[in-house]
Amino acid sequence: MMDIQIPDISLSAIAPEITLTLTAILLLMLEVFAANKGRDHLGYLALGGILLAALLTTRLVGDPVSTFAGSYVVDNFGTFFKLIMLLAVGMTVLMSMRYNEDNGVDSGEYYAMLLFVTVGGFFMASGADLMTLFLGLETLSVALYVLAGYTRTRLASNEASLKYFILGALSSGFLLYGMALVYGGTGATKLAQIGTAIAHGQVSAPLVAAGMLLMLIALAFKVAAVPFHMWTPDVYQGAPLPVTAFMSAGPKAAAFAFFIRVFAEAFPAMQADWWQILWLLAVVTMTVGNVIALAQDNVKRMLAYSSIAHAGYLLVGVTVASEAGVSAVLFYLLIYTFMNIGAFAVVSVVAGKGEKYTTFADFAGLGFRRPLLAMTLAMMIFSLAGIPPLAGFIGKFYLFMSALEGGFVWLAVIGVLNSVVSVYYYLKLTVYMYLKEEGSAVEASTAPFSPAMAVALVIAVYGVLAIGVMPAGYLAFAKTAFLSF
Amino acid sequence: MEAILFMTFAAVAIGGAIGMVISRQAVTSAVNLIVVMFALAALFAMQDAHLIAALQVLVYAGAIMVLFLFVIMLLNVREKEGRATTRNSTWQIVAILGLTPVITPVMAFFSVADVAHAPEAPADFGTTAGVGKILYTSYLLPFEVASVLLLAALVGAVILTKTKLR
Repeated sequence: MMDIQIPDISLSAIAPEITLTLTAILLLMLEVFAANKGRDHLGYLALGGILLAALLTTRLVGDPVSTFAGSYVVDNFGTFFKLIMLLAVGMTVLMSMRYNEDNGVDSGEYYAMLLFVTVGGFFMASGADLMTLFLGLETLSVALYVLAGYTRTRLASNEASLKYFILGALSSGFLLYGMALVYGGTGATKLAQIGTAIAHGQVSAPLVAAGMLLMLIALAFKVAAVPFHMWTPDVYQGAPLPVTAFMSAGPKAAAFAFFIRVFAEAFPAMQADWWQILWLLAVVTMTVGNVIALAQDNVKRMLAYSSIAHAGYLLVGVTVASEAGVSAVLFYLLIYTFMNIGAFAVVSVVAGKGEKYTTFADFAGLGFRRPLLAMTLAMMIFSLAGIPPLAGFIGKFYLFMSALEGGFVWLAVIGVLNSVVSVYYYLKLTVYMYLKEEGSAVEASTAPFSPAMAVALVIAVYGVLAIGVMPAGYLAFAKTAFLSF
Repeated sequence: MEAILFMTFAAVAIGGAIGMVISRQAVTSAVNLIVVMFALAALFAMQDAHLIAALQVLVYAGAIMVLFLFVIMLLNVREKEGRATTRNSTWQIVAILGLTPVITPVMAFFSVADVAHAPEAPADFGTTAGVGKILYTSYLLPFEVASVLLLAALVGAVILTKTKLR
């Protein structure tokens, strides 16, 4: 007989994760009954679970709680990311209902998969152990591979799923190899212990450096930073529109949470080594993303490249790694969730059944056909471009300010120049909507949208306006989130 | 003695890996991979990780690779379907050997990585009891998350293969 000390287990700290997992399992079970096939109420059940999880998550705001023998830590930093993810998944569920009906998706498993992605993201946001982080990332990725290929009758969707799976598995291999080397070099898997070991020099430096680089590569893949971005355009274009919207916001936020937590908690002593790599990564990512986006004629693909460019802006904050930098990243991710999902939601209304209408030409004359819809899209687009008084401007302002304060003047300059470039392709879409004659193929794309979609759009518009006009409260929360670890 | 055994098993593992990549028959590749798994199991056993060694044989060399072989045989994969290029494999071997002078210094760099900092392994290291103990104490949460991951993967596999769209 040996004695086993069961670690302290705080179930209330993981209550949101438990809620989401149970909701997902409940959805899988209810799906079995024929009466539930293809009905919206499974979506509303998922939404109920998400709201309950959001309620439980907000109750965890406050002092950090470390539980499960230090492999999970609930602090404001993680909580902020969890709320972003819940917002993203909630808006995605709202915009999925109509889409699923149009595209013949029987919905139980679809919503369950969305919830599994969210649970995985939660473990990435709060994991304080390399094992927890890795398993969270895998849960998120596996469910995303499936979601990307959900509309199996579309060839592009199959392609997206397969590409994402193969490249994603490769990047997971890099991550795991890096983690193994870091463990070999420090003898610890808990981030805090790795951090102390490195700070005290009780490590074998070559192993840790190699491990850190491999982990950096894998994380750069997950946030779609150039040169590890090759999968992004094809996957974003091929995946079903609501999934693309979700992918560009929720999982991206989770990947940034992982990124920041590992580098700020485990490798802060090596900042002199990694900031130059991140600097270069940020510059290349924004520039390549923006320049290639200029040449796109498909709106979905344009938004994919725009999301690469935005990952570049966010990497600016990670490079700075100061309080201002990290809280600017959090703040920007919140804004980005509102505006990007909002933009994708409008695109999915215009795209119609089978996603037939996604080129720029299909948006011609939208401003006259559907004035409200066009105005919403214009608002999201202007926010993405960073035009005041919308939220995107405030977000970029704080990001580039943090770079200036941290002494990264060139980074800020390149960032601002890049957002000037991005205005061209964002405005191109508005020009199509308001100044071009209607094309021939547009008549079918005027499907009335569902109440759920309307709610999603109202949330997006509210977010973009409210944060744009009164950012103080959100920013203050983002600041406390940084201080929490 | 230990060094000789290590070298032998390492050589078998690398040989098997090279064989797997360059062989033209899918079945030969799979059998080569089984050889790699066995050699790895032996390496694990030499590191006192007995449970991992046993699992390596049971799960990877046993269950997973047998399943692979079944699938390959059922699908009847032929040489032409399997690969896009038919480059001469001698060149591939030459290329690998040519890279050796580049890789060796890198490896040497890592092997100076002193093991002095490695923490002392506990007495029950590598035994089933030892692994079970840490699995239910310090890695309890990852252990639970793994079950969510497996559920998601299982449901996902069914969705991708069986779902009907209206």
